[in-house]
Amino acid sequence: MTEHFPRPEGSPLMPDWFDAHAVNLSASERRAASLPTRRTVKKEWQAAWLLRAITCIDLTTLAGDDTEDRVQRLCAKARTPVRADLLEALGIEKVTVGAVCVYPTMVAHAVMALEGSGIPVASVATGFPAGLTPLPLRLGEIRYAVEQGAKEIDIVITREHVLKGDWAALYDEIRAMREACGPAHMKAILATGDLKTLTNVYKASMVAMQAGSDFIKTSTGKEDVNATLPVSLTMVRALRDYRDRTGQMVGFKPAGGLRTAKDAMNWLILMKEELGTRFMMPDLFRIGASSMLGDIERQLEHHVTGRYSAANRHALA
Amino acid sequence: MPSIKDIMQTMEYGPAPESNSEVKAWLQARSAGLGHYINGKFTTAEGELIEVSNPATEEVIGRVAKGNAGDVDAAVRAARAALPKWSAFSGHERAKYLYAIARHIQKRERFFSVLETMDNGKTIRETRDIDIPLVARHFYHHAGWAELVADEFPNHAPVGVCGQIIPWNFPLLMLAWKVAPALAAGNTVVIKPADLTPMTAFAFAELLSEIGLPPGVVNIVHGDGETGAAIAGHPDIDKVAFTGSTDVGRIIRRQIAGSGKKLSLELGGKSPFIVLEDADLDAAVEGVVDAVWFNQGEVCCAGSRILVQEGIAPRFFEKLKSRMATLRVGDPLDKTMDIGAVVSQKQLARIKGLLATGQVEGATLNLAPVDLPKRGAFCAPGFFTGTAPAHTVSQVEIFGPVATSLTFRTLDEAVSLANDTRYGLAASVWSENVNRAIELAARVKAGVVWINATNLFDAAAPFGGYRESGFGREGGRSGLLEYLTIPADRQGKTRTAPALQPQVVPFTGKADRPDIDVTAKLYIGGKQVRPDGGQSYTVLGKSGQAIGQAGLANRKDVRNAVEAAGKATGWGNVTGHNRAQVLYFLAENLSQRRAEFVSALAATGASPKPEEEVELAIRRAFWYAAQADKFDGAVTATKSRHVTMTVNEPYGTVGVVAADEAPLLSLLSLILPALALGNRVVAIAAQSHPLVATRLYQVFETSDIPAGVVNLLTGERDVLAKTLAEHDDVAAVWYCGSDEGSRMVEAASAGNLKTTWVDHGRLRDWRDPRQGQGGEFLRRACQVKTIWLPYGE
Repeated sequence: MTEHFPRPEGSPLMPDWFDAHAVNLSASERRAASLPTRRTVKKEWQAAWLLRAITCIDLTTLAGDDTEDRVQRLCAKARTPVRADLLEALGIEKVTVGAVCVYPTMVAHAVMALEGSGIPVASVATGFPAGLTPLPLRLGEIRYAVEQGAKEIDIVITREHVLKGDWAALYDEIRAMREACGPAHMKAILATGDLKTLTNVYKASMVAMQAGSDFIKTSTGKEDVNATLPVSLTMVRALRDYRDRTGQMVGFKPAGGLRTAKDAMNWLILMKEELGTRFMMPDLFRIGASSMLGDIERQLEHHVTGRYSAANRHALA
Repeated sequence: MPSIKDIMQTMEYGPAPESNSEVKAWLQARSAGLGHYINGKFTTAEGELIEVSNPATEEVIGRVAKGNAGDVDAAVRAARAALPKWSAFSGHERAKYLYAIARHIQKRERFFSVLETMDNGKTIRETRDIDIPLVARHFYHHAGWAELVADEFPNHAPVGVCGQIIPWNFPLLMLAWKVAPALAAGNTVVIKPADLTPMTAFAFAELLSEIGLPPGVVNIVHGDGETGAAIAGHPDIDKVAFTGSTDVGRIIRRQIAGSGKKLSLELGGKSPFIVLEDADLDAAVEGVVDAVWFNQGEVCCAGSRILVQEGIAPRFFEKLKSRMATLRVGDPLDKTMDIGAVVSQKQLARIKGLLATGQVEGATLNLAPVDLPKRGAFCAPGFFTGTAPAHTVSQVEIFGPVATSLTFRTLDEAVSLANDTRYGLAASVWSENVNRAIELAARVKAGVVWINATNLFDAAAPFGGYRESGFGREGGRSGLLEYLTIPADRQGKTRTAPALQPQVVPFTGKADRPDIDVTAKLYIGGKQVRPDGGQSYTVLGKSGQAIGQAGLANRKDVRNAVEAAGKATGWGNVTGHNRAQVLYFLAENLSQRRAEFVSALAATGASPKPEEEVELAIRRAFWYAAQADKFDGAVTATKSRHVTMTVNEPYGTVGVVAADEAPLLSLLSLILPALALGNRVVAIAAQSHPLVATRLYQVFETSDIPAGVVNLLTGERDVLAKTLAEHDDVAAVWYCGSDEGSRMVEAASAGNLKTTWVDHGRLRDWRDPRQGQGGEFLRRACQVKTIWLPYGE
């Protein structure tokens, strides 16, 4: 099911892959609205899907008051996201989250805390969240995070390039960031809330993939509007078009605003319907979230006991 | 069952059944048989019962009575008895009942959804998210109309007892579309659900008891086509509303011809789904899912002919094929299914037969890679490629989840292909360029056009067809008008037969000869032409002396006139202002020749006050000139961020048949409204007084009316009316003549289901503006096109 695929290398900038592309807002909204009403999962399937969602979570802390201890706590939760007795009841030996996502200066703490777990550390970089520090500094920040042990880098794009339609500038910038990432996988945050239109989202997605992104990601979590289903739909369709053209498999990461188990289900349904089951695995799908895990744990406990659960029965992150 | 660990790898959906235990218990309690609902009481199901099955399981879920003439008669009597009180209720009183129905539908939404799914086979997602919410919405909307009808439609009255026959594809929704406007307007109802799907109508009757609707206001008679025919044919029914196949629509049209019953028909379709090269292709692919893979394709307005611009066609079809791979077909009660069961094995066999025909004729059938359940009437969804307009499947309604497809090169070609059908129910247009999208919306002959969308419905948005998709609208203001009448329309004394029977042999009696012989010809395509048959008939004046000869038009002259009218397409495209100028100019020229027309009228003896008649004719031209740029459509409030426009479009070629009385005024009263709204006219002049009309063409010629826009024929009224009414390229016929002629016109119209307006031989006082002109004439001169334009970036 999770056969390996080559890392996407991008392509030259090909504006004709997206120049004439327009995304229809109301049609996207209709599709997005009907996805969760056309599909649902119940009982064992729901439990399995919730566990799968956990494996796709980038457990995240990106706050100004983050400390070493705070990051260690998060990492402990990342190792054991679900209570052992529940896992046993569900017939699962082990489950971990997809990654832990922190600021660059927290990477070292996270790497240490996760040692031996196999869980990668992801770092935001490039002047997160606005991305408006000078490019050399942004590239330097990437190299710093990689040196600190980050295996994944969540970069932010310069929204100005999209809003002005300067695709060459956008492409060159992301290419340079991909170079700086080296072996670390790069997730390109489009900050879709700032891009406003779905057509912009599609075009930015295409350029980010052409420039060699391993993942395209919706939001920093700091924009006014974060991940929505219509925006995600647009991005996964861009991803599909890119795959069909190049054969390259690029992953998708919605982030910001996903808080509930129901959200996790909706986005998994989106991935399955628009891209197929392969794109529901953590090497191609991540969810950037911090509070979602708690809700999933409560749903899992409900599945096991038949009683509705409470937050205080599950360990904090 | 797979383990959780396994499912984490396969990531399958698993079963998600909707519980149906309450519905099963409800059905069990009624297993003895469902009776009719007449005068507020359920009859015992007796005699021959029709078995009702769940098409997904093929289990019999009930038995329903088959209504006979006696049952229908009892229902009609109950409706008639309830009518005076119901129609005399204040709008507010009726609104309270409709509001209660809407609320109770919502309170019982799950029950109705599950019951509908079990009866029809459609998925629970659709009954839950589409059918039942739209039912509630329809009753709310019409609670509003009940409240407002007296204010909004002064001088109107309910039609009376309505006989309504509905299909099996949206059982409760079609019931709502029929019952809600009828009740809002103050009518009472006898309705027959489809025998394949009677369950939700039966439950609806229980709901009516629950809310305490007065007995007899709604009567439900179950049964098959015979029962339906008994309702349509019942002499005490005032209005027939039918939704179903075009073939049955034609039968009903003929059956009730001449009866004076009002009729609305919502029939079949073969609606185009047009994808332009600048469309959002993923959105359009999803549009196909909502168009033809919605409700198993059992949708009269399904976008079942996919037209794709050549440049993008390969990519579009590839995307469509990929999309099919994720369609889920199966147990309709499972919440994860896209497509449920077709309504019956019989229907499934019909679909399969057409799919086989398509392949035999050379098209490629692309089917979704689905495993169908072993039991039940399931049909894999798909689409044809390589279909041509000449193929059977391109022309015939498949009424299953399979579309045909064609490519086109230019927008003009898209229009030609889209309109290459007998039907005209709906169209869907996909383009990100609003100029192109609206141009197509304007040029496609369809009652509903969705831009970048499909199958959007709302109670406020009129729905109904052009051409052989029927006539009349459901929803909104236009829909309500189908259930209202203007009482004055039914008055008037009986008209006598034409005074003059055409004689084509030399007339040797007294004659009033002009100094130089006058040649009155026919007027076709802007030219004065001699009648094809080479015959003229003698026209007699008031004291029986010959005052001249008029051409005796025959079938071929009608054919030529319709041909000429068909070519004068420009008239419908010029602005209302342009048409107004022409009509004013016509009035001006008529005024200049006032004396001539007064004397011509005086010579007929048919005009008591010739000066007044000419004056009124001039005024009438002014009145319709005034209306030409004012009888507008509207923007209707439906969904947020959707502009839903209702546009009043001309029919095309309208045939009008004038009566003997007021020979100038009556003729112009028919021609002018049709012209004002952009129609071309083939007019049959008063049989007995044709020489007034033949003077008119000189006025037309000098008034800048383009060639072919008005064509005038003289001759034997009912002979010419019959040819006009039968002509498949005439979209509407208005007939003033005899009762028998009215019957003949309505029956003859069934061929292409043109709209008709006949007076059943009742005289109209053409001088009275309330009878001889007005909104009714304008409404009859146009058909409503509803265009949905969602917007936003």
